[in-house]
Amino acid sequence: MSTDHVELRTGAYADSVTLLQVSRRVQQLPGVVTAQVAMATPLNVEVLERMGFAVPPEATVNHLVVAVRLEDSGALDGVVTEVDRALTDSRRQGSGPAEEEPPHTTASALRRGPASVVLVSVPGASAAVEAMDALEAGCDVMVFSDNVPIEQEVALKRFASARDLLMMGADCGTAVVGGVGLGFANVVAPGPVGIVAASGTGCQQLLALLDHAGVGVATAYGVGGRDLSADVGGLATRTALTRLDRDPGVELAVLVSKPPASAVARELTAYAEALGTPVIPALLGPGRPDLTARAEEVLRALAREVPEWPVRGRHTRAGTGIRLHGLFVGGTMKQEAEALVTAAGVPSDLVDLIDFGDDEYTTGRAHPMIDPTLRLEHLAEVAADDETGVVLLDVVLGHGAEDDPAASLAPAITGLRPSVVVTVVGTRYDPQGLDRQVATLVDAGAEVHLSNAGATRRALEILGAGVTEG
Amino acid sequence: MTEPVVSVGVDLLAQAVADQAAPVTRVDWRPPMPGTEDDLATVALDPVRPEADARALERMLGVQALLVDVLPAHEAVGLERGEFMHAGPPISWDRASGPLRGALMGGAVLEGLVDTPEEAEALFEGGLHVRLEPCHHRRAVGPMAGVVSPGMWMFVLEDPATGARTHCTLNEGLGKVLRYGAYSPAVIERLRWMGDVLGPLLQRAVRSADPVDVTAILGQMLQMGDEAHNRNRAGTLMLLRDLGPALVASGADARDVAEALGFVGGNDHFFLNLAMPACKLALDAARGIDGSTMVVAMSRNGTDFGIQVAGTGDEWFTGPAQVADGLYLGDFGPDDANPDIGDSAITETAGLGGFAMATAPAIVRFVGGSVPDALATTRRMREITLGENPRWSVPVLEFAGVPTGIDVSKVCRTGILPQINTGMAGKVAGVGQVGAGLVTPPEEIFPKALARLAELTRGRAAARTPA
Repeated sequence: MSTDHVELRTGAYADSVTLLQVSRRVQQLPGVVTAQVAMATPLNVEVLERMGFAVPPEATVNHLVVAVRLEDSGALDGVVTEVDRALTDSRRQGSGPAEEEPPHTTASALRRGPASVVLVSVPGASAAVEAMDALEAGCDVMVFSDNVPIEQEVALKRFASARDLLMMGADCGTAVVGGVGLGFANVVAPGPVGIVAASGTGCQQLLALLDHAGVGVATAYGVGGRDLSADVGGLATRTALTRLDRDPGVELAVLVSKPPASAVARELTAYAEALGTPVIPALLGPGRPDLTARAEEVLRALAREVPEWPVRGRHTRAGTGIRLHGLFVGGTMKQEAEALVTAAGVPSDLVDLIDFGDDEYTTGRAHPMIDPTLRLEHLAEVAADDETGVVLLDVVLGHGAEDDPAASLAPAITGLRPSVVVTVVGTRYDPQGLDRQVATLVDAGAEVHLSNAGATRRALEILGAGVTEG
Repeated sequence: MTEPVVSVGVDLLAQAVADQAAPVTRVDWRPPMPGTEDDLATVALDPVRPEADARALERMLGVQALLVDVLPAHEAVGLERGEFMHAGPPISWDRASGPLRGALMGGAVLEGLVDTPEEAEALFEGGLHVRLEPCHHRRAVGPMAGVVSPGMWMFVLEDPATGARTHCTLNEGLGKVLRYGAYSPAVIERLRWMGDVLGPLLQRAVRSADPVDVTAILGQMLQMGDEAHNRNRAGTLMLLRDLGPALVASGADARDVAEALGFVGGNDHFFLNLAMPACKLALDAARGIDGSTMVVAMSRNGTDFGIQVAGTGDEWFTGPAQVADGLYLGDFGPDDANPDIGDSAITETAGLGGFAMATAPAIVRFVGGSVPDALATTRRMREITLGENPRWSVPVLEFAGVPTGIDVSKVCRTGILPQINTGMAGKVAGVGQVGAGLVTPPEEIFPKALARLAELTRGRAAARTPA
């Protein structure tokens, strides 16, 4: 048989929300059938009466009613103690103000404060949305993400262009802006050269060669591999060149790209000629000067001495295989090698060049500059093949790349029968330590170049010896 | 660089910036609601959207809501005998929930269409002599069931710059009231008194006094602990302050005046019925702007939760209304509660209620939360809004304006749903209020609205491009 306990307390005001919480807590106590702790407002009295409690007629809005229905009266003292505790606890909850949550969108981040640039690397299907947040807030953006539909890139670049903003990318791997490297970027000293690059690793090769020649770089803008296509029309390239032209510290601008669509090339040439700053177009492709030749052209234009491009660990013995395997992490490194191989007239069935940064190899895994696993597996396979004469590799240093790529590559090339030729793309300031990386690879038996074109020619030379002897 | 790089996506790239001793702000990016990527990109890249959203927000923030009159609904919104308005998106009697049915039954008794609520059921089931229509379709809003019949008196709010008007009934108080679906004789009797005495009295007072600036009172009450949805205590008292002298000076029977003053002062929610039409007046100014992704109404009829968007005309995007999470009166429990009901989420749509939680910490305790939770809620709502309202500021957040202008795209991107403070009605007709708590809209209505926005965007693009 249950028993009811109803008591009125005076001078014990609490707000209705607190009391609803107290009531809930009391309702959950063992031995309690139901309970209500409330100020005796007409509404609450009605509620209590509907629950079957007899509320004393003297109750007024200034009374606190404690109404408890117990399974048996023995539990009363314990329950009343708990009611008191619940009422006391209710007055001292909470702590200091909460930490602000991180922003969930680029727009939210930019609403909290201005940014120098926005770096977008979300999946391609969502990249345009974040990039648009940046542009709407009047901020330049670099889209590292790939798989961004071309029409979205065009729309973003039109929006940016109309507002004198720079939309780098999509699929822009490298930029150096305001002295900070974005994406995969080498650390360079400030200097007279400005770069606009449609190719990330092409830009990095140029940064590395100029650094060796003692020439710094003011700014390197990436524009994405499709910027000079007919669809995009060089929208970002124009803005980037204009920016460089306005920078009094830039004496010379270099445009690194595959040859643009012909209409785009005409427009861009006219545009570049109208600028006060000379622009060297470093257009890459079969039959065109390679990046190293372009770097030399830049140095001559600046009246600087062209240095010997360093080679360490020169091979002295000839190889025995007939085939060249090029395993690259940089797309432009591979394309440059391909052009040189074609120009040298090497039969295509004797050459196999792979870009492990290509979409085909990056689906579901990190870029090979970050995760070397796939290339190392492939390296073991080709090294075991008796037909392999030379293995040509690139190692890209800089921020964003592996912490110590030579350390993971060295064991894989140590003691290999085929000759190993490596291009290490890096500057003396890169966090991995250029000299240390080169030394590790030389110790492992590799011939190490700074120039990818030089490394490729050398690989062909070694292969030629191998062919002759085989 | 002194200003940070904002990095959204792969953390390694953010870390690479940090490693160069450059400041970096990391965005806590998550994949958007499933299947929304294409529509999000389409809408993001719509060339008219940025300006459209800016205009929607600007228009909304430019509205001043003045209380200019109090009129019976047949005069205020032209409601004819047999016509009833209700909260939420359109609904028919057969799909109506308990509280909406209860309120309609009570309304039919009040209008003298039937003698008893039981006869009313037959009247609505027959459907021949009655017509149901959302409040929103007649420039009105109603809390909870939101039932308005021709004889009920309504506040009339006007924006002096445009002459635009909105309307809302007078608040009945808490507990057993029509808007929670109760229809007992006491409920009807109170409504008759409101129609016979309170309405006409308020009309005389409003007409003789300077117009009450509801927008300004909202600004003040936010600084006094009200969030203008579940807490309207300060606002109600300020209304009394503004109308008290005119009420007393009206020459009406002193006992009627005293009763009216006591009724208004004794009902902490009286001001809600002014806050709601003020919010609607502001949001209506943002309607019909092509390309804008801003939500202009969130509303529930006890069965469906619906939203309307600035860029999609009068179309409703609906999904099932949810049951609030909160505290219950007496021995009511979750089984007694009806799904979410009422036009009162117009307050959240305008940046009040759950969006202004930080200024009314008491409200967060409806779900056993804490003061830091309240601050976090208001801050979180900034993630899904287009801007802030400088007129409605929150002292504890350094007087930041309340987050304003819910962006359909940002909801789909972040998965953060608008937080609504609400009362809970009993699901059985006639029961009345059973509790109060917090609720969110059903997630799926935002991708639905987004898909329509994207479709309209593609249509505009096609129209621009000659075939």
